[in-house]
Amino acid sequence: MSTLTTLLPPHRLDLAGHRRHHGVVPWVAYHDDDGRDRLIDAARAADLRGRGGGGFPTAVKLRAARARRSIVVANGCEGDPLSRKDAALLALSPHLVLDGLQLAAHAIGATEAVLCVHAGSPVLGSVAAALAEREDRVPVRVAEIPRRYVASEESALVHYLTSGDARPLGKQPRPAERGVRGRPTLVDNVDTLAQLALVVLLGPNHYRAARTDLVTVTGAVRAPGVVPVRAGASLSEVLAAAGGETEPVQAVLIGGYGGTWTADLRGTLSGIAAVYALPASACGLDYTAKVLAFLAAESARQCGPCMFGLPAIAADFAELVHGGNATDRLARRIPLLTGRGACAHPDGAARLAASALRTFEADVCAHLAGGRCRVPAGVA
Amino acid sequence: MKLSVDPIGCRAHGLCADLLPERIRLDEWGYPVLASGPVPPGLVADARRAAAACPVLALRMRKS
Ligand code: SF4
Ligand code: SF4
Repeated sequence: MSTLTTLLPPHRLDLAGHRRHHGVVPWVAYHDDDGRDRLIDAARAADLRGRGGGGFPTAVKLRAARARRSIVVANGCEGDPLSRKDAALLALSPHLVLDGLQLAAHAIGATEAVLCVHAGSPVLGSVAAALAEREDRVPVRVAEIPRRYVASEESALVHYLTSGDARPLGKQPRPAERGVRGRPTLVDNVDTLAQLALVVLLGPNHYRAARTDLVTVTGAVRAPGVVPVRAGASLSEVLAAAGGETEPVQAVLIGGYGGTWTADLRGTLSGIAAVYALPASACGLDYTAKVLAFLAAESARQCGPCMFGLPAIAADFAELVHGGNATDRLARRIPLLTGRGACAHPDGAARLAASALRTFEADVCAHLAGGRCRVPAGVA
Repeated sequence: MKLSVDPIGCRAHGLCADLLPERIRLDEWGYPVLASGPVPPGLVADARRAAAACPVLALRMRKS
């Protein structure tokens, strides 16, 4: 049985289908306190890492959140418009996520579990139907989170579940110390939880050997969508998994809106949720300017460098696109965004902007020289 | 000792940069940019004073 097909089935699996396909979690093996240790050891042996973007070792996170009456939060919000892997998992394989959620709850001794999805999300039906089929030891509540980009950030989720305010709280204290309602809280992406379930269902060794990442591939590919990709695959392999290029690809945005542009398709991927392939006929500066405008509008407007800095660099990019020389201002402003917000939102925008200037350097020169784009008008 | 700013609390009053120009400058929007690394021993007393003067207690001194 290959993980490539097991992680994301072609049709939704109900509980019976899920059990036929994946088997049943061997709870007796993880029953007592030693069992919790064995569970965390299995996550470590599998080298399981967070799939929400951070890539942090799951075993370390589980251990940190072990406490009496802790809470486990499954993050299925997926704020990035370029990523749909979490939604695909919840729509097609909800029981794999819920198995993982129960395993994580057991590992840390949680008495409460919350599954977070965006308000009005199309996966709500699949999730509700799956929960109705199960009799779980730890009851799972579904929380509908406001549809904002930063609302799914870890501290924002904790803040929302505690007070109804979906803005990030900042880095201190960490949720494992003081999370939802002050209780120790584990926040894990739903993809990470599904992978945890696979670690237990397949065994750490088999899991490691067959490990795949779910990547949302969009842009100039024949079959855009969520594809399973072997860990460490090259970007060209990822594009091939999505049907291959529809026209020459000049650059790829890896890691979603707060990600990094690269023109080197030989580079490899690990733990990346989303890839966007920019066709040669589009303008990378124009695309980046639009994404920066979006990110600026999505700031939670709590921290100065984010509230003022993001609109400023978004305007600088718009000016670049229209032939204005904003390069000096950008060189000064971009470094001012990193590490100065309460969450990583401005860091992502800075990463995107800096990598765009590097990757589309020739376009920057063309815009400056001719006051217009290398790409014929109207194509981008 | 290290200085840090709570980015949510800070209201760009700018007082800190006046009191400790050696370690704090303001960005174009009036928010403090701190020099990296620990505060040198000779400036610790001034840094403490600057932290205490922040009207919203966003500037803090911590053991590094
Ligand atoms: S950095 Fe931006 S998005 Fe994050 S908390 Fe501050 S204002 Fe909100
Ligand atoms: S004095 Fe306080 S509020 Fe004013 S800029 Fe400095 S840290 Fe921010």
